[in-house]
Amino acid sequence: MILVLVEVSPAGEAVETSREAVTFARDLAAAGGGVPIDAVLVGTPGDALVGVLASYGVRRVHALTGPAYESFCGAAWAAGLLEVRERAGSVVVMAAGTPRGNEVLAHVAARTSLPMAANVVSFEGLSPFTVTRQVVGGAALEEMRLAQRPAIFTVAGHAVAAAPAEAPGAGELVVETPTVADADLVARVVSTEEPEPDLSGALTSARVVVGAGRGAGSAEGFDDLLELADLLDASLGVSRVVTSLGWRPHHEQVGQTGSRISPDLYIPCGISGAIQHWAGCSSAKTILAINTDPDAPMVTKATHAVIGDLHEIIPAVNAEIRRRRG
Amino acid sequence: MVNPLVCVKRVVDSSSEVVLTEDGQGVDGRFAGFTTSAHEECAVELAVRIAAEDGGPGGSGATVLTLGDADAVEQLRSALAVGCTAATHVLADPQAYGPADVAREIAAVVRDHAAAGTAHDLVLLGNDAADSGDFQVGIRLAYELGWPVVNGVSTVSVADGVVTAGGSGPDGHETFRLPLPAVVTVLEGGVEPRYPTVPGRMKARKVPIEEREPVAEPVGASRARLVLPPPSPSTVQVLGEGPGAAPAVVDLFERLGVLAR
Ligand SMILES: Cc1cc2nc3c(=O)[nH]c(=O)nc-3n(C[C@H](O)[C@H](O)[C@H](O)COP(=O)(O)OP(=O)(O)OC[C@H]3O[C@@H](n4cnc5c(N)ncnc54)[C@H](O)[C@@H]3O)c2cc1C
Ligand SMILES: Nc1ncnc2c1ncn2[C@@H]1O[C@H](COP(=O)(O)O)[C@@H](O)[C@H]1O
Repeated sequence: MILVLVEVSPAGEAVETSREAVTFARDLAAAGGGVPIDAVLVGTPGDALVGVLASYGVRRVHALTGPAYESFCGAAWAAGLLEVRERAGSVVVMAAGTPRGNEVLAHVAARTSLPMAANVVSFEGLSPFTVTRQVVGGAALEEMRLAQRPAIFTVAGHAVAAAPAEAPGAGELVVETPTVADADLVARVVSTEEPEPDLSGALTSARVVVGAGRGAGSAEGFDDLLELADLLDASLGVSRVVTSLGWRPHHEQVGQTGSRISPDLYIPCGISGAIQHWAGCSSAKTILAINTDPDAPMVTKATHAVIGDLHEIIPAVNAEIRRRRG
Repeated sequence: MVNPLVCVKRVVDSSSEVVLTEDGQGVDGRFAGFTTSAHEECAVELAVRIAAEDGGPGGSGATVLTLGDADAVEQLRSALAVGCTAATHVLADPQAYGPADVAREIAAVVRDHAAAGTAHDLVLLGNDAADSGDFQVGIRLAYELGWPVVNGVSTVSVADGVVTAGGSGPDGHETFRLPLPAVVTVLEGGVEPRYPTVPGRMKARKVPIEEREPVAEPVGASRARLVLPPPSPSTVQVLGEGPGAAPAVVDLFERLGVLAR
């Protein structure tokens, strides 16, 4: 059996990356000759959620409940996963490569003294079980052998597209109340504050994003870029250099350790296009790069480019927009 | 006293093109240069701040640790230059050490230092290493030591033997509060790492570095090999150079329909 940790959103839905992980598990199950897939989640799922997981081919949904599961605790989640796994004897324990998925599976790996592969994009063979995973922020791939059972790994975000199964699973709900040692509950969340509305939310849903990197030059170098964003009803997204230098707040950061954006148009200005930045903007439909360096990766990967100093180009573009609007 | 220990790894600066070593076991840093990842720079900054408020005037000091080849001393010196006061270098080939090996070696240092009178009650690490990206050394270390672990937080403070840590989770800003000793892994963004000053660099050069051998043979990283993703050919359409390209840019905006309001 393949056991998949499913993360549930505050709205009670299986998050997209978890549905991707179940989709990945189905390919693996098929290659293994029809191994059943069970899901583990925390809390009491609604009928709709159980139904969605069944449509993804899940046989059983194990719901971890009890006082140990009232707030997030990596060790307690791992203890629950392992209790289910021991009873059912799964050969694979997997999750989405999200912060939570990676954390909980690292606990599972440490508790079982087994290896764990983070951010897997595909599996290459079953014996020996070999997976390919992202390393160096996606700039390279590593083939890794997971020879022992259970194989423990997480699936990188967007490595496969989430899709329901051709034949649904039974989706039988099993409520579990694992025993969790007090020592496992020491490092648990003691309070959660609702996120401030409209911080990175506006950025991730924006149709147009104006991007700015080190080329902006200083905290004062954003006036023209902000004006362009205003003229286009766009959000501002920045590189990590910009946030580390304190020119702009962290919630505006795009990339591997910032937001992942997918606007119709992204206009990165003075951004070199390092792989960690690219990881957050590669799904933009059109990319217009503005850069002094015609060989910058952002320019070569873009759909359109203007070569030159952003401090000369952006004011000219703003003026041209104002002129055409009359 | 807390005596924080912070673990940093010498990694290839991957902001430029990534080249693999001939044996396909690692990333070749000869052209790109080496660095300390942003998460670990923030962990160093937190360790220095916690040490400064720890154990009376002058603070308790913070120790930086790396497992790496001889060149990794550069990463130790960088941490000393921004306020760490002691450094431990486990001399070993980092490619040959998997995450469980690294965790076991860090645990051995923690135990040996405690036996020698410096108990590190807090160990800070990065959330994930910028090269191998295993996302697990800190958690494995916690199990080696039998301590609790908080993962992926960006702020950490200590008062009266209690560590408070905060970071953003899927449901909002999360706070953890637990007694020491503990392991904490850090994500960048909560603190601004300071830049080394000239006197800081001078002082760092004089700090003696504890060098040690690993305590056990490595199990390894289960790595078969590294490969590079296939390059994608450029299809960029250059609209022009300099401000003269503005009309072509605005034409593009019109074609994409992003100009209308
Ligand atoms: C683990 C890890 C995670 C990371 N996560 C992220 C992340 O989430 N997001 C992120 O962005 N980075 C991230 N990084 C950092 C990343 O590797 C790069 O260092 C960073 O993206 C570079 O930012 P930049 O393009 O603004 O600066 P640079 O790389 O310095 O590039 C500046 C660019 O501006 C151009 N330029 C300079 N002046 C002008 C001008 N006047 N007009 C026009 N162009 C000009 C230059 O030609 C150059 O191309 C991460 C790194 C690591 C190791
Ligand atoms: N060779 C090493 N030396 C010191 N610290 C390390 C080493 N490898 C990993 N770490 C620490 O463990 C963290 C997580 O690494 P990883 O689990 O490999 O992604 C890193 O951010 C470092 O703080």
